[in-house]
Amino acid sequence: MKIHEYQAKEIFSKFGIPVPPSRLATTVEEARDGAVELGMPVAIKAQIQAGGRGKAGGVKLANNLKEVEDIAKGLLGRPLITHQTGAQGKIVQKLLIEKALEIKQEFYVGLTIDRSKNCPVMMVSTAGGMEIEDIAKERPELIFKQFIDPLFGILPYQARSLCFKLGVKDVGEVSKLFFALYKIFVQYDCSLAEINPLILTEDEKFFALDAKLNFDDSGLYRHPEIKEMLDPSQLDPLEYEASKYRLNYVRLDGDVGIMVNGAGLAMATMDVIKLSGARPANFLDVGGGANVEMISKGFEILLSDKNVRLIFINIFGGILRCDTLAKGLIEAAKRVKIDVPILIRLEGTNVEDGRKMLNESGLNFLVAKDIYEAAKKITEIQKT
Amino acid sequence: MAILVDEDTRVLVQGITGKEGAFHTRQMISYGTKVVAGVTPGRGGKKIEGVPVFNTVEEAIEKTGANASVIFVPAPFAPDAIFEAADAGIKVIVCITEGIPTLDMVKVKRYLKDKPHVTLIGPNCPGLIAPGVRCKMGIMPGHIHVPGPIGVVSRSGTLTYEIDYQLTCSGLGQSTCIGIGGDAILGSNFIDILRLFNEDEETRGVVLVGEIGGTAEQEAARYIKNHFRKPVVAFIAGRTAPKDKRMGHAGAIISGGQDTAEEKIKALREEGIFIAEDLGTLGKTVKDVMRL
Repeated sequence: MKIHEYQAKEIFSKFGIPVPPSRLATTVEEARDGAVELGMPVAIKAQIQAGGRGKAGGVKLANNLKEVEDIAKGLLGRPLITHQTGAQGKIVQKLLIEKALEIKQEFYVGLTIDRSKNCPVMMVSTAGGMEIEDIAKERPELIFKQFIDPLFGILPYQARSLCFKLGVKDVGEVSKLFFALYKIFVQYDCSLAEINPLILTEDEKFFALDAKLNFDDSGLYRHPEIKEMLDPSQLDPLEYEASKYRLNYVRLDGDVGIMVNGAGLAMATMDVIKLSGARPANFLDVGGGANVEMISKGFEILLSDKNVRLIFINIFGGILRCDTLAKGLIEAAKRVKIDVPILIRLEGTNVEDGRKMLNESGLNFLVAKDIYEAAKKITEIQKT
Repeated sequence: MAILVDEDTRVLVQGITGKEGAFHTRQMISYGTKVVAGVTPGRGGKKIEGVPVFNTVEEAIEKTGANASVIFVPAPFAPDAIFEAADAGIKVIVCITEGIPTLDMVKVKRYLKDKPHVTLIGPNCPGLIAPGVRCKMGIMPGHIHVPGPIGVVSRSGTLTYEIDYQLTCSGLGQSTCIGIGGDAILGSNFIDILRLFNEDEETRGVVLVGEIGGTAEQEAARYIKNHFRKPVVAFIAGRTAPKDKRMGHAGAIISGGQDTAEEKIKALREEGIFIAEDLGTLGKTVKDVMRL
């Protein structure tokens, strides 16, 4: 799960990481009032949950109140399109008005899990402001890492060592900041905690100029206060709807909708569609324990995507039984109009029952006996 | 012989009184697995499917000689179940549970570092099945598997069933099929399992099933090139997956540069490993490549 910059900065403040003075605004008037309180100049930052805001015009400097109003008017209520948002962009509903500071130096600070070493890793770089993947690609020698033993947390010497690599003078102050970031990371089950950039001002003070916290979805059950920060406006409406029913749905830009049980098989099914000369419209994993209601809801979600011209249902019954799947489809068909062809491939637990129920339902389904045959049928349908 | 399990494997089910635990205990027994004990704290003295239930793993081992454990305990309590099994001396632990927080698994991995004799499979996995010894510690459908020379190691669940079934339909039986799990932090990785297949006489070839996220496939590719003595066919799911979107599994997300399907395929090919491109014909491809 992701949260906004202003929310991450609230958490930073609580843990003693310095952030620039700021006000949150949802209207042009609030933006103006905020700027008056802070004093000019101010930075105006669109609050959307995607990277690349600066380049896309979502972060601007205002030197007077007229500029504050113009910039706020130009951003609020409109979609901001960055390289991470997709073509439809994300709607800007909030602005963070922040006191502009004079920057002497910028650093990158990030904490994540290293999957090969099975432990948290803190990464710092003097190439602040750049995205870590770009630094890794272009200037890998500028990234410094410390792997952290989860039983002991980040050790004082590790924090110091990172400070020396960055060449900062105030080792004590910056170490404290690293400790605070680690504390946040562990306390809230983060998957990523990033300060990019951490800035040193002309008067030798450190501030987190940007703040990013991503959370491990599996850890959310023990952090209700984080869960409450979820902003549905930042999610695809169909993805949000699906998540309420515990369906793993991701919208893509093709026209063949899929419903599969299991994430690996769902990804492989998307790939089969591509090999057949078509493009998947979505990823939908109904999971192992899907019930009739989930299947029927998933089917409805597929049908409500207007780009979908064909639906391919690929089920290898394990825990999810084929008769449950059949029942869910038949239920959904009673409620919604089906105006695209449906191709079904069923295998595994209770497959005979499932096939029989579909045959007797009177509904018009196309059937494939295996993936090979399904792929051929998708190719044929695409041509017509 | 299979890997990790044999005729003498005596299985303990942790979380046996739960809905999933009870259902799969029945399935495992009907496949032929020797399920000798169950553990649910506070429910000792009961019987589930004829299997005696104990309060602690220690007691279950003492009374029944259990030597392997499969865990169906809910995510908040699953790490503790792993600790208990490892401390009580269980050597093979299979954790089926989905949704364990990553930082909890980081601690489990750190804990098991001091217990090199313990093999943990999972979490968030279908488990393992060895058709030759009729031992199933997991949730895969048993009937699609037959004994034979192919080892399967995979990060997926149902995709593994699909592949196992295609192998069976192509006349290729399996020595052991293992789903190592879809999370970012796993008890065993590809290399841990490949090492075991390398030493297993029954296994004459391996199908490796990977997906987007992390760099485990690249690490496996290097190991296969330098140490593995048997033919390998690899299949990588997620060539059409977009960046920054989690594809169901907690571990299946493209965040940096190396964790795309294309990068993994490239790395495997560079080390001379055969890539099956088309899932629809995978069984036949494996048969042709392995010449079995």
